[in-house]
Amino acid sequence: MSAQPHGLIATFDSAAAIYHAAEQVRDAGYKRWDCITPCPIHGLDGAMGVRRSRVPSFSLAGGITGFCTGMTMIWWTGAVDYKLTVGGKPLFSPMFAFPISYELTILFTAFATIFGIFVLNRLPMHHHPVLKYDHIIRGLDDKFFVVIEAADPKFDGKATRALLEQAGGKNITELEA
Amino acid sequence: MSATEHTADAPAILREVKPAVLPRAALVTNNRSFSWITEKICGIIEEKTPRWWWICFGVAAFVASWTVMGLTYLVATGVGVWGHHNPINWAWDIVNFVFWIGIGHAGTLISAILCLLRQKWRTSINRAAEAMTIFAVVCAAIFPVFHVGRIWYALMPGWLFPFPNANVIWQNFRSPLEWDVFAVSTYGTVSVLFWYIGLIPDLAILRDRFYASGKKIRSFLYGLFAMGWRGSNRHWSNYEMGYMILAGISTPLVLSVHTIVSFDFAVSLIPGWHTTIFPPYFVAGAIFSGFGMVLTLMLPLRAVYKLEDLITQYHIDCMCKITLATGTMVGYAYAMEFFIAWYGANPNEGFAFINRAFGHYAWAYWIMISCNVITPQLFWFKKVRHNTALVWVLSIFVNVGMWFERFVIIVTSLARDFLPSSWGYYSPSIVEIFTFFGTFGVFSVLFLLFIRFLPVMPMAEIKAVTPQGDPHADSHH
Repeated sequence: MSAQPHGLIATFDSAAAIYHAAEQVRDAGYKRWDCITPCPIHGLDGAMGVRRSRVPSFSLAGGITGFCTGMTMIWWTGAVDYKLTVGGKPLFSPMFAFPISYELTILFTAFATIFGIFVLNRLPMHHHPVLKYDHIIRGLDDKFFVVIEAADPKFDGKATRALLEQAGGKNITELEA
Repeated sequence: MSATEHTADAPAILREVKPAVLPRAALVTNNRSFSWITEKICGIIEEKTPRWWWICFGVAAFVASWTVMGLTYLVATGVGVWGHHNPINWAWDIVNFVFWIGIGHAGTLISAILCLLRQKWRTSINRAAEAMTIFAVVCAAIFPVFHVGRIWYALMPGWLFPFPNANVIWQNFRSPLEWDVFAVSTYGTVSVLFWYIGLIPDLAILRDRFYASGKKIRSFLYGLFAMGWRGSNRHWSNYEMGYMILAGISTPLVLSVHTIVSFDFAVSLIPGWHTTIFPPYFVAGAIFSGFGMVLTLMLPLRAVYKLEDLITQYHIDCMCKITLATGTMVGYAYAMEFFIAWYGANPNEGFAFINRAFGHYAWAYWIMISCNVITPQLFWFKKVRHNTALVWVLSIFVNVGMWFERFVIIVTSLARDFLPSSWGYYSPSIVEIFTFFGTFGVFSVLFLLFIRFLPVMPMAEIKAVTPQGDPHADSHH
């Protein structure tokens, strides 16, 4: 057990309460902190100051790769590796290659999107200080938590606790690291 | 929601004219709390396995054994055990394949298209509908794989997936059947991925609940698949974006899959198949049949687990209306096919359609028309939509009708070849009949396992559409 705690966790009872608390923590200038909610809360990203997700770049890369894979595969197999003449038609045309390339675009985009979600979320991470909190079960059920990490440069045991209290947080507890 | 009052930040004109505000239907009735939703849905998994489940499972497993026996006999003996013969070399196998794939499409429609259209009522039914999609794809895949007889060839390099065969020749990528391999396997894979991503937050709840109740092994297993999900909003941000993208790519996917399935027929030169209306007509039919199956599954589920607060009358109304809309499109397509057959003035095409309606398979054609064109029209009436038992019966008619649609399209066109000397009449063999009806057992076994072990509804998504999930419910921003 390390001397330094992971941070402070405060409980809120409603979506509106955590929304306003998040605005206050954001405005106080904290960077390493998080909200734990049972469902996505509309507008909470803005209230927390979270930037737009970067998942779409992964998806785009996946989609382009998929389309090129399909086109290249069909061209190389039928027009280069073993020239396959069917009905006297050209060996390759993007027209007949399109349906498969289209499906591969979607397939690769799906894998890339999911890969993006996991990479950006640093998941799977089966052990995390937040998961050790006694009441975490409620965080996926019907409660809302704000966690401010001790690693945040602005973190200060007393001042941070006061901020959470002022924001309406209940049951403010130190999280073991 | 205090949407009835327009506050200071609303445009001035609104305060003056006071437009009528239509009340929105509550998606979760009786003002249920978050914890009620969690208890209700997790309770289904956590309770002792009910007796009805074991009975249903036993029956389903018995029925599924017909498929297993039918396929074993087929592989051991050869495809001759099915009723195919010249000129009808495609029959129940492809009928059943298209039937099951079509059923799957409603699941993707609900999970993807309705998500993009922000139809929030989808949340209560999307998990079960996506499960239905995956299990339907499993049932569908049985037929193309086994209809080759020697199934090891279907899975061996050089036949379906792009590896060179024994003569180092690659696949003919011009063939719609090869497109089908990619379309269906992509569809199955993406459906599983989409389903799994939706499950992650719910698996995390189950992980924590089983841990709290001391069931460490179950907690570990659910936790393994929950990937350490902890409800972090920074995670939700990426998750929601990714989910939206998956919905965005599943939409063109579902449309393309049945389009490509219809290309199997439309790209050929057989009268009755060689028509440009096939792609949209097949997609509408697929969604129609899928909603039939969603109703068939969800109504008993709702009754058994008393989920009336989550699957409300509003949900049933919405599903009935989509069934009505797509059923009407299908009816329009039937009429348009006839019109084009006449207008196109091709004698073979004209004959194919007259033969459908009045030939040897007229009985199948009229079953199709009565189930697919007449049945859905009853959903115009509120009285019908509010009679749950009747809706369920009508949904069965939709399923039957859509199976017959594929039968009519495929078999009638093949049975009357260009030359009368190669005309035939197809009847299924007993092996085929048992193999097909057994797939309902396979489907039911999978679906019963799903409701026993996985949350039947996405808890997080349902919470997000309740008033408690709205941070602005009590104030204005």
